Amino acid sequence: MKVLIIGEGKVLYFLTRTFLAKGHTVGLVSNDREECARLARQLKAEIFYGDGSDPALLEDAGIHGTDVVIAVMPQDQDNLAVALLAKKEFEVPRVLAMVNDPENEEGFRALGLNVFSTIRTLASLVEQQAELEEITNLIPVGAGRVNVTEVLLPVESPVAGKALQETGLPPDCLVAVILREGAPLVPRGATRLEAGDRLVLITLPENHGPVLRALTGERR
Amino acid sequence: MPGSLYIVIAGCGRLGSHLANRLSRQGHGLVVIDQDEAAFKGLSSEFSGFRVEGDVCELRALRQARMDKADIVFAVTRKDNANLMVVHAARTLFKVPRVMARVYHPSREGLFRLLGADTVCPTTEAAEKALDWVGPFMVFPGRSAL
Repeated sequence: MKVLIIGEGKVLYFLTRTFLAKGHTVGLVSNDREECARLARQLKAEIFYGDGSDPALLEDAGIHGTDVVIAVMPQDQDNLAVALLAKKEFEVPRVLAMVNDPENEEGFRALGLNVFSTIRTLASLVEQQAELEEITNLIPVGAGRVNVTEVLLPVESPVAGKALQETGLPPDCLVAVILREGAPLVPRGATRLEAGDRLVLITLPENHGPVLRALTGERR
Repeated sequence: MPGSLYIVIAGCGRLGSHLANRLSRQGHGLVVIDQDEAAFKGLSSEFSGFRVEGDVCELRALRQARMDKADIVFAVTRKDNANLMVVHAARTLFKVPRVMARVYHPSREGLFRLLGADTVCPTTEAAEKALDWVGPFMVFPGRSAL
């Protein structure tokens, strides 16, 4: 796969290293001359110095043969310009843009762009961890409208020993998989939950809290 | 005032302040946004609108300027991408009917039009003027033939 990354700083460096390690061909664009010189010594990637939102530079950087473009600059307006150029003018198959201000996520999506907000992901992780230590993973999917969570059933769980259909979980949630002693088990209504089970849950942000409380107890 | 429009100007440099002064004198309602408070010095005594100190690339500044009520938006900061961001917010989010942006780099004009803005490009405009001006003198032979 040929990946073109436009950005600066550590994000650019580690992202490039990650893709190179997976065996992809990487080109990168930075608007910082010294950084370009340094990266050229550190990385086996094609490096282009200049303004990534200049269509001529993107053409020099080989955007026409590129499969994936990733824009990770610290200014959202620059990521917007690069992502729009890549998607609408150069018709790159996959374009991904970072948003720094989480408020921009929705608007960028409305333009048909694929975006991710590290701040929002981090914030929801921290929030959920602070609320319930049993949660080991929380991934917002579907533009943040769905959560995928992994949660450990504690000994004092009110639903331990009950069949799934008797647990009275709120509507619009799903226990997708139970990990019991390391083995995955896809539950049915009659499956009994046990303390020590790790449940992989699908919830909506609005019922996320109630579902977790129903599974782990009301104590928090 | 009847016939008065609500106009938001993003960027209070030479072009932004000039537009603001002129349109305010015509009796329109104006809000000017710039992140540099010193930029508002360009506003004259004729200007009777509002100033918003903030980054035009942040939605909160545009909301503060009540862009959702604007009839017209001008995106005239010194940065093409900042202007693109304003155009995107004005058209996609706030549904402003008429948006104009200054674009320095002619090759980016397509993006602005794609988002539904009209553009003015100083480079292209100046080149057109210069070419119009020089047209009548383009008669051969030139000096070298004399």
